[in-house]
Amino acid sequence: MSEAPWIRRARRMFVVPAFAWLVATVALPLGLVAAISLGEATQAAPPFDWALNFTNYALVAGDPLYVEAFARSVRIAATSTAICLAIGYPMALAIARAPRSRRVRLLFLVVLPCWTSFLIRVYAWMGLLRPAGYINSALQALGLIDEPLALIANAFAVHLGIVYAYLPFMVLPLYATIERIDAALVEAAHDLGAAPVRAFWRVTFPLSVPGAIAGALMVFIPACGEFVIPDLLGGPDTQMIGRILWLEFFQNRDWPVACAIATALAGILAGPILLFDRYRIRGT
Amino acid sequence: MRPTALSWVPAALAAGFAFLYLPILLLVLFSFNESRLVTVWAGFSTRWYGELMSNGRMLDAAGLSLSVAAVAASLSAVFGTLAGYSMGRFGRFRLRTLFALLLLSPMVLPEVILGLSMLMTFTTLDRLVGWPAERGFLVIAFAHATYGTAFVAVIVEARLRGLDPALEEAALDLGAGPVRAFARVALPLLLPAVVAGWLLAFTLSLDDLVVASFVSGPGSTTLPMLVYSSVRLGLSPQINALATIMVLAVVMLAFAGARQSRNTA
Repeated sequence: MSEAPWIRRARRMFVVPAFAWLVATVALPLGLVAAISLGEATQAAPPFDWALNFTNYALVAGDPLYVEAFARSVRIAATSTAICLAIGYPMALAIARAPRSRRVRLLFLVVLPCWTSFLIRVYAWMGLLRPAGYINSALQALGLIDEPLALIANAFAVHLGIVYAYLPFMVLPLYATIERIDAALVEAAHDLGAAPVRAFWRVTFPLSVPGAIAGALMVFIPACGEFVIPDLLGGPDTQMIGRILWLEFFQNRDWPVACAIATALAGILAGPILLFDRYRIRGT
Repeated sequence: MRPTALSWVPAALAAGFAFLYLPILLLVLFSFNESRLVTVWAGFSTRWYGELMSNGRMLDAAGLSLSVAAVAASLSAVFGTLAGYSMGRFGRFRLRTLFALLLLSPMVLPEVILGLSMLMTFTTLDRLVGWPAERGFLVIAFAHATYGTAFVAVIVEARLRGLDPALEEAALDLGAGPVRAFARVALPLLLPAVVAGWLLAFTLSLDDLVVASFVSGPGSTTLPMLVYSSVRLGLSPQINALATIMVLAVVMLAFAGARQSRNTA
């Protein structure tokens, strides 16, 4: 497709200011974090000095506290992503198979919780899971348990919180891909004698993989750096790296180490982010 | 698709919705609980709404959050529209891959990284030019606008794909400059997307805890920051009341928006 001449003339007027804004608000700040990660902590305000050494990275890489937190974050995020996929896939499939007139309404119901406060939704689970919470009270009233179950301040609660908060981000791209699959392909499989389950696994499922990958990355990437959920629902053995970064910054006031953790985390997520850029379904 | 296939699938959808909505419904229900113990029902009462409304710190924080959100959403709408128009209309330009990556990053990077990066920028700026010494209202709004921009851009770009560039070309043929063609032809057609993007940026700003905690100086406490410090100490019926008000506001806005888009579609 050849380019209309007006596009070349107009480009400068729109792309240049937008680019300048993005460089100033995204590229520069991230670059500063990388630069300060090479600096030294001081007692001054702000508490760092420019330098060029890798001692902060050596500190992070050499301390099992940080290394374990990185590994645990990736593990918890990956498991939660798998659970989101297991719950979200049937939901997306059901919406895609609903009568056309109802699809928008169902999709709306999936997205609606995202518009209410994230913090409030995590808070809601605190009420459900605590020792004197709704679930334990109900189970005790029914006589099913004598002692309250440990439902909060552990890995279970963190997984649950992540799945709850990020489920809509899994359903949306999955729905968008499944809905676009040509119904004639599935019909053809049926006509050739495939049972519905077989037609699903041989036709629908393979075609929906790009949506599953996009959805998985939309859950996995932010979950890796999650702070609120491990802080409010987790316990001492579910420290994730986002919370370690937070404590390093707010309690230890060690900005260069916080920046080193942030840079390392961004480095770990760079691969998934670039992959996501390839798989994201435009317009969803 | 044959509806008989995999008949348990609709049941899974219903279970999924129960999972999404039950916690919120319980939260709303127990905001009308007489007892201070949030999880024990002791009769209907609206006293927590009264206490919330006379909680000065809460009202101050809500006021700050609402004004931050309005400024952040407006900045986001301006730069997000520019960025979305750049992505959608000017197919290939130099460094487009970098442009797209910079636009995507704030949407997917963990908030702790964004918050830290914004604070590093503001303190470095303060060192260099002596501004902003006090990190208050405007600083938080700017920080929120950086990722609000990305969300507005995505919505605007999506809408732009449904618009024929021939419309702007016609304006150019009739003698308008590119800016005028944009302002008089494209912008009015993009307006629903800009409004939707503004609302999304507003909601995101109003909801943000992490970025605001990093960038705000002492004395500037947004509503989520106050809610967070209160929630850390345990459940509070006032927070339930606040949550109910927020949920109701969102539901009403969402339904109004849905009706609006159905009428204009």
